[in-house]
Amino acid sequence: MQTVFSIAVDALAYGMVLFVISIGLSVTMGLMRVVNLAHGAFAMIGGYIASYAARDLGLGYGFAVLLAVFGTIVIAVPIERLLYRRIYGAPELTQVLMTIGITFCIIGIANYVFGPTLKTVPLPPALQGSVDLGFRSIATHRIFAIGCGLGVAVALWYLIEKTAFGVKLRAAVDNAAMAAALGVRTEIVYAVSFAVAVGLAALGGVVGAELLPVEPYYALRYMVTFLVVVSVGGAGSIPGALVACLLLGGIDTAGRYLVPEFGEFFFYLAVIAIVCVFPRGLAGRAGQ
Amino acid sequence: MKRTILAALAALTIAGTAHADTIKIGVIGPFSGPFALQGKNFKAGIDAYKALNGSKVGDDDLEIIYRDVPQPDPAQSKALAQELVVKEGVQYLAGFYFTPDAMAVTPLLEQANVPLVIMNAATSAIVTKSPLVVRTSFTLWQTSTPMAKVAKDAGVSKVISVVSDYGPGVDAENAFKKGFEAAGGQIVEAIRMPLATNDFSPIMQRVKDSGAEGLFAFLPSGPTTLGFVKAFNENGLKDAGIKFFAPGDLTQESDLPALGEAALGIQTTFHYAVSHDSPENKAFVEAAGKAIGNPAELSFPSVGAYDGMHVIYKMIEATGGEQDAEKAVDAVKGLSWTSPRGPVSIDPESRHITQNIYLREVAKAEDGSYYNKEIATFEKQGDPGLAAMK
Repeated sequence: MQTVFSIAVDALAYGMVLFVISIGLSVTMGLMRVVNLAHGAFAMIGGYIASYAARDLGLGYGFAVLLAVFGTIVIAVPIERLLYRRIYGAPELTQVLMTIGITFCIIGIANYVFGPTLKTVPLPPALQGSVDLGFRSIATHRIFAIGCGLGVAVALWYLIEKTAFGVKLRAAVDNAAMAAALGVRTEIVYAVSFAVAVGLAALGGVVGAELLPVEPYYALRYMVTFLVVVSVGGAGSIPGALVACLLLGGIDTAGRYLVPEFGEFFFYLAVIAIVCVFPRGLAGRAGQ
Repeated sequence: MKRTILAALAALTIAGTAHADTIKIGVIGPFSGPFALQGKNFKAGIDAYKALNGSKVGDDDLEIIYRDVPQPDPAQSKALAQELVVKEGVQYLAGFYFTPDAMAVTPLLEQANVPLVIMNAATSAIVTKSPLVVRTSFTLWQTSTPMAKVAKDAGVSKVISVVSDYGPGVDAENAFKKGFEAAGGQIVEAIRMPLATNDFSPIMQRVKDSGAEGLFAFLPSGPTTLGFVKAFNENGLKDAGIKFFAPGDLTQESDLPALGEAALGIQTTFHYAVSHDSPENKAFVEAAGKAIGNPAELSFPSVGAYDGMHVIYKMIEATGGEQDAEKAVDAVKGLSWTSPRGPVSIDPESRHITQNIYLREVAKAEDGSYYNKEIATFEKQGDPGLAAMK
């Protein structure tokens, strides 16, 4: 029984870190219809900014997180205007080629500016150490990651489902021409949602830095995992992504605890099974 | 008549190579991609040797030709080696970070009449694949075996082994297991985890449940070691008094600034620490630090490359610049010298380097940086992996 609880706690923490990083990609892929392979690169930029702010400038953790999120958005907005705007609605292959190209450029620049070594984001004393749950101890920053994940899920759900902006975004996604004709300034809606997605990537990069350390190849190393989460959850669905993260985190963690020699066999087996049964992901919308 | 002309021509060409002005050395390694740091260290070691010992051997100039294999890729490695031999006319092949890349090149050596000096690739078997292979790095058997004794001496009798599931990881597991069981210890469990593991918390929970008093771990140096060490601390294993043993790959110098506080007190066994206290090493670190640009990026492949160059210089001296692979390799069998890592020699039988293995502990320097502090020495260690293969 203790083992089950133990696995559940680890799975929850791992799943939430995955969620925070992947949800931005789900937004760009599902709502904006851009296969953004550079998503991991933006998460990495966030990690680098936070690491630079906290380690080299000695700023507080909270401030470093904010700086990372907004700094990444500032970097990403010109990229959106100059590059991404050309590929909205383009065939997927064009999008993949463009965004993978952007990824390689960012890897090269990161390697040149920050060097090839690992960078960490120093945690404040409040998040260091571990908390005793009675049956086992868990790192405090993991609890923080779980909290961040829940916060992001609720905030994003509210933004998309309950606000005027959410209505405009969904309208622009379903029929851009009609939305524009009704007075929705679609390019601004797209720019804002792109900024939100990138900001979430940066937040994920910082919060997840303890599990997925920041180095230049971060952008490619974890890309497959992020894409798997989005395709299993169903692109554009927040509950879908949340369920996918918890499910995949659970399977991965249980597999690693019980039969580590099988490696990621169970993880990918589950992915194949889910995609076979739900070709559009757990909560994907049909008929697009 | 025709035959005499041919013979004369042949004699001329041979005479031509005898006073060759430029001797070319082909170095294959990862100079771009995720492992570029290790390739950079090769370059730094080579440049440091040239800076300290001159870029000429006798009257001959040296030219180093670098070829990039970013990730383990035996086919590309072989193709590049062929190109170096046939098109560039290199007399020596060197470098090689990954075992499969080095293995792929060994069948070419005899026909090409070229010795291969391995500056990193650390699987025992490579030297047996061709009599023209000389290695100046280490093997995991060599660095892991002394750890068994350290663990036993620390009063630990039950150890759990956790390694990455690939060649070197399995080597490390076997080496430690053999040594530890011979010393009367017990391996309670041996876990092999996939290379791509990011979250080590479940593994640590298993370590805890196994009831072991010590953990022996091997992961390739790089990003994952950080998560592993942190998970060890955060899951309360450090506080529970479980001892952490590993070969030095886990605490390589270029990862230490990131590992920082978390790695404090971890004991590792390895052949080289940048902090090694000797005049040879001081000169080396200064020269290699200058060559690499940022001294904090200096790590163990640089010393493998430095000593590899020493071996190649000796080979060129012995053959007078002529291309004779067998003579060159024979000349360095039994060669001994003082390397930045300490006294070393080339074992005449295996052509692998015999060296001191040091027990180190991660410590904090006065300026707040972290380093591997050498606390004990196991002198003149050969490669037990070759004996285990027989």
